[in-house]
Amino acid sequence: MGETVIRAVDGVSVEIRAGEFVALLGSSGSGKSSVLNLIAGLDRPTSGSVVVQDRDLAKLSREELAKYRLHVVGMVFQSFNLIASMTLAENVELPLRFAEVDRSQRSNLARQALERVGLRARMNHRPSELSGGEQQRAALARALINRPQLLLADEPTGNLDSHTGTEIMDMVREFNRELGMTVVMVTHERALAERYAQRMIFLADGKLIDDRMNHNPTNDHGANAAAALDRREQGGRS
Amino acid sequence: MKISDLTELALRNLRESVLRNSLTTVGISVGVASLVAMLSLGTGLQQLLSQRLAKSGLFDTVFVSSRRDLRGMGREEERKGPTPGESRVLDEPARQEMEHLPNVSEAYPDIRFATELRYEDKPHLTMISALPLSAKSNDAFDGMQGNFFSSDTAAEVILQKSFAEELLGKTPPLGAPDPGVAELAKPLLGKELTMRYAQRQAAPSTQPPLRGNAATAGEGSVEGAAYSVVSREQKLRIVGVSDLDPETMRGPTRAKVFLPLGLAESLHIMQPTDLREISRAATDEPVYSSVSVRVKNPAQVQAVEDAIKKMGFNTFSILDASNSLRQVFRVLYAFLGIFGSLALTVASIGIVNTLVMAILERRREIGIMKAIGASDGDIQKLFFAEAGAMGILGGIVGVVLGWAIGQIINFGTNIWLKSQSLPPEHFWLVPLWLVVFSIVFAFLVSLVSGLYPAARAARLDPVQALRYE
Repeated sequence: MGETVIRAVDGVSVEIRAGEFVALLGSSGSGKSSVLNLIAGLDRPTSGSVVVQDRDLAKLSREELAKYRLHVVGMVFQSFNLIASMTLAENVELPLRFAEVDRSQRSNLARQALERVGLRARMNHRPSELSGGEQQRAALARALINRPQLLLADEPTGNLDSHTGTEIMDMVREFNRELGMTVVMVTHERALAERYAQRMIFLADGKLIDDRMNHNPTNDHGANAAAALDRREQGGRS
Repeated sequence: MKISDLTELALRNLRESVLRNSLTTVGISVGVASLVAMLSLGTGLQQLLSQRLAKSGLFDTVFVSSRRDLRGMGREEERKGPTPGESRVLDEPARQEMEHLPNVSEAYPDIRFATELRYEDKPHLTMISALPLSAKSNDAFDGMQGNFFSSDTAAEVILQKSFAEELLGKTPPLGAPDPGVAELAKPLLGKELTMRYAQRQAAPSTQPPLRGNAATAGEGSVEGAAYSVVSREQKLRIVGVSDLDPETMRGPTRAKVFLPLGLAESLHIMQPTDLREISRAATDEPVYSSVSVRVKNPAQVQAVEDAIKKMGFNTFSILDASNSLRQVFRVLYAFLGIFGSLALTVASIGIVNTLVMAILERRREIGIMKAIGASDGDIQKLFFAEAGAMGILGGIVGVVLGWAIGQIINFGTNIWLKSQSLPPEHFWLVPLWLVVFSIVFAFLVSLVSGLYPAARAARLDPVQALRYE
């Protein structure tokens, strides 16, 4: 994995190493979601750069950005964002369709991913028939299906009660530790960040306020920081 | 995305808002149906007409007459070429030469003469014409009672309906409904007629005619230029009564009684030409007033006509008429096509509307797809696939609908034709090319309609699309 550095106009640069679990904190409108969208390649900076694995996302074509989102990034959202007209299995294998994976292989992978989040029995149900926690687990399975290196979570527990939220967060940490995925999570709940993230970045009004290591997460993450993933942003709107 | 996945997703999306998409598809179907209806009407009419004309033997026939026939046909080109006196005689060698021209299927002489037929001892004077066996396919014999000639030389005869009426003394007063052919044929089929005719006989020049109405001109002045005319009788069996007149185009010289050509030739019947060609007609070889040359394919009529003209004869075909007919149909086609396409145009606006609605509804879904890795192209193709699927479905339903409408109209018209005691017609034809064309056309129109919605969906900003609930 290459290096990514984010450097804001005011001279702030953020570097995220591979395998890190980072929380982006701030009140609403602080720009934390915008930073996430920039890393996800959903948005482009008006100036500056976002470099992931030696690729400057700002310089990629729309087509290349789509490929990047497909293969490098997995995303989960506050509102789950499953497609209501599709069953869980179909939702989970949707990224594989975009990746042009064969049908037989697709259903196998979808089954495995759903198994991993404990929803194998529900694979033929539609999202509306499931609880919020189950929907978010399905969304996690979908985020995993293309084996991305980067998991981006936008308020993943925002619509869940604390018990289910914990369940989801445990799962995210498991992916971070066992699959070596780099996790960037946007949240406004400081307690949640302190409990799970190794590092907390505070934003306000689009500016970086604080960037500190959290030496006391409930579980220390493993020693999979061999390669580094850096993030740099210049003059971004974050 | 793969085509199979696109199709699957497109069909799934169409099913999701099944009512709206069905209505749009019905719109396309109606458009396609009107197109199919219009064009199949045009095709059917053209087919009907050209079949009629092909069967009438007019489109593939060149009528050949001698330039010596001074009556002429009043056409300009007859002034070119050799003068009548120098040109060739239309005789058997000339006929054979024509028959051996490329693309000619047969050349047969027109033998027609007026004579007396006796039926149950009553004389009836009428025009008789000889038909080759190939005339069997003429549609005038479609509704014929009885059979066609059993062989080319059989002593058999086919009557035209109006002559049958005359024989039976049943000629209806003008305006009254005609009696059916079947009714007329029943008492006549298998009966015998006696034909009286004048036989032309080559004779030694010095010998006077045997008997009857001798027509030896310039007796003794030219060596060998004499023949006799002998009155003969021939018994003929009635084998058929035809409903329609196979010689409607002949005008006043059309015949009402038909003989097999071989028989007519073997009888050496005295014909008007013989008198005109009297100075040459000393042999037994017949001279024809005209010869009909049938061409294998109507497209080659012009070439055959030119070749025969080179031989020094006058020709006539209705090639020009068929050309202008084709022109008329081309215009009719374009007109019907434009008219039929109007409904499809309206339907295509329906597609645009439906898809734009779908974008608004599925804004979030498009955003999700983009967030998890769909490219602009994937989204665009997905909307194209939906438009295309509606087009193909609408096209198929439309073809069936158009065909059904055609069948119903055809059926209704035939009931009306029957009530007018006219024979049923099949003027509605949906050829395979029209089926394929309609579906492909509906598909293409739908894709064009999908251009704007697909581009719009592809351009959708995922961040915006995902921001609001």
